[in-house]
Amino acid sequence: MAISQEAGSKEAVSKEAVSEEAEPHSRHLNSPLLLTMLLVLAVAAQGPIRSVLAAPVTQSWMTVFVAVVVQALPFLVLGVLLSAVIAVFVPASFFARALPKRPALAVPAAGMAGVVLPGCECASVPVAGALVRRGVTPAAALAFLLSAPAINPIVLTATAVAFPGNPEMVLARFVASLLVACAMGWLWQRLGRGEWMRPPERPSYEGQSKGAAFWGSVRHDVMHAGGFLVVGAMAAATLKAVVPASWLNAAADNWIVAILALAVLAVLLSICSEADAFVAASLTQFSLTSRLTFLVVGPMIDLKLFAMQTATFGRAFALRFAPATFALAILVSALVGTVFL
Amino acid sequence: MNRQAQTVVLFLTGGGLLHAGFTDLYLRYVKAGLRPLLIGAGVVLIAAATATVWYGRKQSENRDPQDSQKAHTHREPRVSWLLVLPLLALVLVAPPAAGSYTAMRTGTALQEQPWGYPELPADGPLRLSVADYAGRAVYDKGRALADRELKVTGFLALGGDGTPYLVRMALNCCAADAQPVKVALSGDLPAVLQPDTWIEVTGTYTPKQAKDPVNGTAIPFLDVTATKPVKAPQDPYDEAWNG
Repeated sequence: MAISQEAGSKEAVSKEAVSEEAEPHSRHLNSPLLLTMLLVLAVAAQGPIRSVLAAPVTQSWMTVFVAVVVQALPFLVLGVLLSAVIAVFVPASFFARALPKRPALAVPAAGMAGVVLPGCECASVPVAGALVRRGVTPAAALAFLLSAPAINPIVLTATAVAFPGNPEMVLARFVASLLVACAMGWLWQRLGRGEWMRPPERPSYEGQSKGAAFWGSVRHDVMHAGGFLVVGAMAAATLKAVVPASWLNAAADNWIVAILALAVLAVLLSICSEADAFVAASLTQFSLTSRLTFLVVGPMIDLKLFAMQTATFGRAFALRFAPATFALAILVSALVGTVFL
Repeated sequence: MNRQAQTVVLFLTGGGLLHAGFTDLYLRYVKAGLRPLLIGAGVVLIAAATATVWYGRKQSENRDPQDSQKAHTHREPRVSWLLVLPLLALVLVAPPAAGSYTAMRTGTALQEQPWGYPELPADGPLRLSVADYAGRAVYDKGRALADRELKVTGFLALGGDGTPYLVRMALNCCAADAQPVKVALSGDLPAVLQPDTWIEVTGTYTPKQAKDPVNGTAIPFLDVTATKPVKAPQDPYDEAWNG
């Protein structure tokens, strides 16, 4: 079904392209015109739009929506720049030399390499995509994708600041996140199939100057990941503004329910991994282990990340990878929590 | 989405980030420390838009017309159009900082300071932040606060049972993780309490405490003697945790 859909959309694209080529000066709706009309309409209807938006729920929704996008965009841009550097300036042979030959060893090496990407999860998706295109074993790139947002120094420092009375939380977060990242890498190595991961479609940069290729890659990644980032931000804002936090209290009493509830909450809230420790710290009615689950699940899989992974690696991949990551992250953090906390 | 439209969206998004970064607008949504990153990202996006125009032009000069038409048929998915939404929200609506609605739905984020509470100046009226007053009242048993005139600034919020609270939101990264620190108000209050208005409260310490209905954490009371409307601070969030 996916194939027929893809074929259909390709057909549609080529039809559009043909119609544009055939009558380049016709007055049908093209994208710049649509954009201009949208902007003019928004300016003209400013008054009514504002009064609708005055309700506290919509205001709070918009604040969270804008905040998530504004906060994530700089990190997305950082990741996109890095990914463009990898795609254009770093030769493929570099990664072949830098990572161990055997995939089983390359996975933990790539997982540990996550320590050096200082940022949140938005940056790691485009970088992992670029690594795969550059011929890095997908298993290793995925281990990097999962570990980088959780174990970099900024995030670990934030965790230490947020849990001043429980320094073991930092160690538990590091260990659990690294374990899940490596386990997912090995799992992909054993069970993953190449056809699930759509070779990221993008224009070929052959025959272009390095500058053109670099900026082409930046534009492509921003447009792709940015659109999906907005989808994730809308979902997170809806949850934050509409679902009452008091629902959580009912879940805090039973330890299994508490772990599952905070795992789901981490997915739904889609908070930046640099800030999630502070939110976890305020969920005082929950056990430390369930809060550790929140910190391990959040940077690996949430609504925003799922949307961005779909954009980078394809739907067939995201639908298999995300639930597996979710289940494994809960399991590992429950175990690590029992040992460390 | 064709190349032209992509260029426009990139340029506008970059412009939106610069607009937010060069005014105080960004402080409503993210922590102050993100400013250089915001401006940097805005510059990169505008550079990407410029580069798209530049290389597009060079390409159409160098190649014969058939080739350049082929290059223009590569399109980005329709979902990219959504990038326009946050831009419209930011520039046209500019939603306010997280306020009383969020505060009343979120549990108070009061935490004990592990390094204790430093000594306060011995005389004159004391100016304290909401979090400082709440922390000293709950964890320091109001030791240095008793019989002192206190001044605390925050915005008003009304609980479900009508209890007035003085609130300041604490922020760690962006408004999505903003959490309130609440102080309940008792004593001499104005007849009309408008949520989300910023006020400076003058009052004294009282040992009375309540539990936050959302997460069960303690909320101290402040016995009010006078209130004064004040201008909202430049940074609506308390960023003390960010150092």
